[in-house]
Amino acid sequence: MSLKSTLRAATALSLITAGSAFADGHSATITIATVNNGDMIRMQGYTDQFTEETGIAVEWVTLEENVLRQRVTTDITTNGGQFDIMTIGMYEAPIWGSNDWLVPLDDLSAEYDVDDILPAMRAGLSYNGTLYAAPFYGESSMVMYRTDLMEEAGLEMPAAPTWQFIREAAAAMDDPENDINGICLRGKAGWGEGGAFITVTGNSFGARWFDEDWNAQFDQPEWAEALNFYVNLMNDYGPEGYATNGFNENLSLFNQGKCGMWIDATVAASFVTGDDSTVADSVGFALAPNSEGVDKRANWLWAWALAIPAGTQQADEAKQFIEWATSKDYIELVAENEGWANVPPGARTSLYETPEYQAVPFAQMTLDSINAADPNNPTVDPVPYTGIQFAAIPEWAGMATEVSQEFSAAYAGQQTVEEALANAQAIANETMEAAGYR
Amino acid sequence: MARAISPRRKLITTAAAWTIALIIFFPIFWTILTSFKTEAQAINDPPLFFNFDWTLENYSVVQERSDYMRFLWNSVIIAGGSTLLGILIAVPAAWSMAFVPSRRTKDILLWMLSTKMLPAVGVLYPISLLFVEFNLLDTRIGLVVVLMLINLPIIVWMLYTYFREIPGEILEAARMDGATLKEEILYVLTPMAIPGIASTVLLNFILAWNEAFWTLNLTAANAAPLTAFIASYSSPEGLFFAKLSAASTMAIAPILILGWFSQKQLVRGLTFGAVK
Repeated sequence: MSLKSTLRAATALSLITAGSAFADGHSATITIATVNNGDMIRMQGYTDQFTEETGIAVEWVTLEENVLRQRVTTDITTNGGQFDIMTIGMYEAPIWGSNDWLVPLDDLSAEYDVDDILPAMRAGLSYNGTLYAAPFYGESSMVMYRTDLMEEAGLEMPAAPTWQFIREAAAAMDDPENDINGICLRGKAGWGEGGAFITVTGNSFGARWFDEDWNAQFDQPEWAEALNFYVNLMNDYGPEGYATNGFNENLSLFNQGKCGMWIDATVAASFVTGDDSTVADSVGFALAPNSEGVDKRANWLWAWALAIPAGTQQADEAKQFIEWATSKDYIELVAENEGWANVPPGARTSLYETPEYQAVPFAQMTLDSINAADPNNPTVDPVPYTGIQFAAIPEWAGMATEVSQEFSAAYAGQQTVEEALANAQAIANETMEAAGYR
Repeated sequence: MARAISPRRKLITTAAAWTIALIIFFPIFWTILTSFKTEAQAINDPPLFFNFDWTLENYSVVQERSDYMRFLWNSVIIAGGSTLLGILIAVPAAWSMAFVPSRRTKDILLWMLSTKMLPAVGVLYPISLLFVEFNLLDTRIGLVVVLMLINLPIIVWMLYTYFREIPGEILEAARMDGATLKEEILYVLTPMAIPGIASTVLLNFILAWNEAFWTLNLTAANAAPLTAFIASYSSPEGLFFAKLSAASTMAIAPILILGWFSQKQLVRGLTFGAVK
């Protein structure tokens, strides 16, 4: 190809590109940023019905969770206006709400029945009493265990076990010869992965991240007890390389019958009892454990929720979609087509009053776990923040990720528990000082 | 002077080359293999090599859920557009640096390269703000420009090295025969540097095709290329490895085929000028 024809081709291509860039204008189309979770994918499948009912077209942008956070934060702070609805979590909703980055959802229709949203979810997604994001599905965490292995071991899982019992049961079910680990837990670095798990474990041993003056508390005996307990439990009865296991890795192990117990998100219940699980028929559920004598349990609270960024030009259309997707009618639509076990859980009180849903094996335990979580009062001793597995402050994501990296290094045997705690103490104090909290 | 190579040594070298090639190719092979498994087989431990029921289900699900052709078209436009635009700017730049260097040419070359040393996320906000200002968010033209700018130092450097191999006397001779500057570059320099230009184009096309920071951060629904297509199948809560693999296979297939057919030029271009 001669340079001349290359030049011509390049010019033509730039023209096409420029031309199509201008042709991209859209009127009644809303763009939604979301993550690739089962319930979200299902929702995408039903959007045609929404478009039929309202005439509003919907464009989906599905991203990996961390990319989504980065993308959505950039879009909000630069006023990019790329999205009309964003899928955000309980961590972002109050912070962004307080910054006026989100459109308040304070004028939802009477038909929508905002009072039907589970109180814990509503509280977690509000700032100063104003709701900023509507929960699409909510979750807590709980114990999932193999009923058959439990029976073999001659034990019975109480509805509200202690960590001491969990250790006893893990010892009894652990069977390395048959490739069965007594227990599988998250150890992967990241504030939303292993960081979330060890934070709630700390809560259940009476530990806390900060005292009321934002002084880090990793030098206190409760943290040493919690972290040592976790590390010993996992070294004795956990899978090889647990320091890099997150939700998906543990789900995979459990589904293949390689875990006696798994403590993780309630939303996993429908996966471990679903088609891809080899142990679907023998899974039982219990509340997340606490250490004996501590009245806080190791269960978190999370919601994937839909919010409207303040920069949107189509707030009304976006609100219409949110009302549709998080409504009682949507739940019924999914139930009708795919069965009650597949409806988005943990968002509405009325769902748990539906007799058909009460028959789903994990329904009651999910509700009990959510109700047992109190984001305004997450620890034994008082703390200056709200949130259970996180503190709703902007500095959290970076700081907690660093701290969880220190912990994961201890899980992997690269440093001792004492060293990890000392490093965590320094990281937390330095961050708080730099940010002007103390 | 050529050295005699013993058959034994040749055998060892060949075996080593094959081993390294297979190790490098294994992740791609595994991705392709996984795309034909069910989700349960994909996470099976021990891993399944060929003893599973092959299925095309993942491909049909991916096809049903996303508009593959739209992502593909965006990838072609963005990668192709940015490469061609880059070449158009880089050829004259490399010409002047190679044949009429000034005192500062070396410094300029190094300075250009230094822009590659900053992590991309460091300029995420400035670029985003510019995109908002000029209404370029989620447009292909915006990405064409950004990717062109990002790859431009590499394009200039590569072309500069190729041009340096061409004796300046040939260009001088053309000038003496009355060739204008334009004719000199178009009809004398370019034809001689075609292998170099071809490999630069290919390499930059591949770099732009695989670019997964700006293409994810500056697009939404309209201009998203195949990188966004893959990212949409990664899940924090749920096991979709087989579908993710199917999406990945579909995304890399075009570039893999292109690379396969052009490997001769690619290798020739990359080793061009290496032996003096």
